Amino acid sequence: MTGTFTPRPGAAPLPQQIGAQARMETRLLLRNGEQLLIAVVIPLIVLVSGVLAADKVGLDFARSTVDTLTPGVLALAVVSTSFTSLAIATGFERRYGVLKRLGASPLPRGGLLAGKLGGLLVVEAMQVLVIGTAALLLGWSPVVSVTSVLGALCYAGAGTAAFASLGLLLAGTLRAEATLAAANLVYLLLLAGGAVVFPLASYGDFGGVVEWLPSAALGTGLRSTLLDGVVPLTPLLVLAAWTGLGAFATVRTFKWE
Amino acid sequence: MTTPAVAISGLVMRYGDRVAVDQLDLTVKRHTITAVLGPNGAGKTTTLETCEGFRAAQSGTVRVLGLDPRRQRRQLLPKIGVMLQSGGAWSGVRAVEMLSHVASLHAHPLDVPMLVERLGLEECGRTPYRRLSGGQQQRLALALAIVGRPELVFVDEPTAGMDPQGRRTTWALLEELRGDGVTTVLTTHYMDEAERLADHIHVIDHGRLIASGTPLDLTRASGGSTIRLVVTEPFPNDAPLSLQSVLGADTEVARLNERSLLVTGPADASTLAKVSAWCERNDVLPESMTLGQRTLEDVFLQMTGRELTP
Repeated sequence: MTGTFTPRPGAAPLPQQIGAQARMETRLLLRNGEQLLIAVVIPLIVLVSGVLAADKVGLDFARSTVDTLTPGVLALAVVSTSFTSLAIATGFERRYGVLKRLGASPLPRGGLLAGKLGGLLVVEAMQVLVIGTAALLLGWSPVVSVTSVLGALCYAGAGTAAFASLGLLLAGTLRAEATLAAANLVYLLLLAGGAVVFPLASYGDFGGVVEWLPSAALGTGLRSTLLDGVVPLTPLLVLAAWTGLGAFATVRTFKWE
Repeated sequence: MTTPAVAISGLVMRYGDRVAVDQLDLTVKRHTITAVLGPNGAGKTTTLETCEGFRAAQSGTVRVLGLDPRRQRRQLLPKIGVMLQSGGAWSGVRAVEMLSHVASLHAHPLDVPMLVERLGLEECGRTPYRRLSGGQQQRLALALAIVGRPELVFVDEPTAGMDPQGRRTTWALLEELRGDGVTTVLTTHYMDEAERLADHIHVIDHGRLIASGTPLDLTRASGGSTIRLVVTEPFPNDAPLSLQSVLGADTEVARLNERSLLVTGPADASTLAKVSAWCERNDVLPESMTLGQRTLEDVFLQMTGRELTP
């Protein structure tokens, strides 16, 4: 039998499936206007206005303002994509039955997760390109060495893992609208009070608590790496702990429908 | 291959206190279109979702293409196609983009442009999924179910809310799939759909299988002719019984609604005369008396005492 529809079932090779999923995730992330706003526009506003207004509002860092702020703005970009965008997108995937649809396709759950992470990394690379270029134009001069580049990549990866696990926790338990609201709220709270953009020192006594937030760990790690060329270990462990915690809770609570 | 496409035995599914599927036994032969027919809430979708591996059987066994849909899920999934009743696509995705994506997850997918043309999806253009019409979304859902060249397709209410043109396109495609050796299990509460498409029909009510057979088997059983009597004023409550007693044991009288009755049995001149005489005696004024062949709708009404489509 050789009809048009004669059965010939089979799953595509897993790497091909993951690649396809990552491309799709990237396209959809970039197509969404609100997500672009929090992924690129808000970090750029924070960077540019921070640098321009530093003198006027009396922001006084130990180092040049753009050198101090840029690593944190990059950290903020990672949070916006791996936490806020991912949580919102996944929340609506649950709502619209996309996860169910993909659950009935040959793509395994691990492949779906890998595809999502792939999409996040591609979008983050674009964010780094845009924000990095703007920062360089503003006079940013990071430490560039093998250690600092690898260290920064390491932090970006660890931060993505930690925030993605927390984003999925949110998306897998709350309704889509609640996820949307919570993910944006948490993003704004971390921006203001999570030591992601502003160094821990700016938080006074409160810094001792804030230090253990994943946002502070990511910001501190990137600042130390790009400002001084020193890759600290403790924040990396903090991120790893949040990843473990988030993943554990997500696996137990995630509802696919 | 001798294993049936689907073999369900003793399936029980509960949601809290409510029993959705109650000791269901059901078999689907390969290379057929098999309809699972029943009113909303009969347990059709739950049964399908158990076959698709979305839900674990709480009791009883389910085998799909000889495989356990939960424990051998990864092996099974590429072989089956699933058409969801609604949703299943990103709100911002375009129809062809979604179809190409799902195609790329399969090893030997159908030619996407061919499928787009067959289902008239080119009209969707660059419109995001959330703005497609219900019919367009349904046709896309069907395309997504078959693009991986499955052996077995589960389609849940494939033409619900579709325009007549869309229904014909869908039916023609499902018939072609059967011709090419694909097995289709479809749930529907449209009788005409089941009668037109299905080789075999399983009627489910309250989670139980209440009848099974070819459309012809089901409609021919206990006499194939009907008389539909519609009157101008509502019948008295005892009308079905009273008419039944006049007509005798080889006919069956069922109440369709407060102003119409269905008489099944030999619809000959003698029966017609008795019905007329009964009307006269009971002082009811017939508005119409229609002779016809028993339909699946009538069968369902007789078996359950309820109409399939409310």
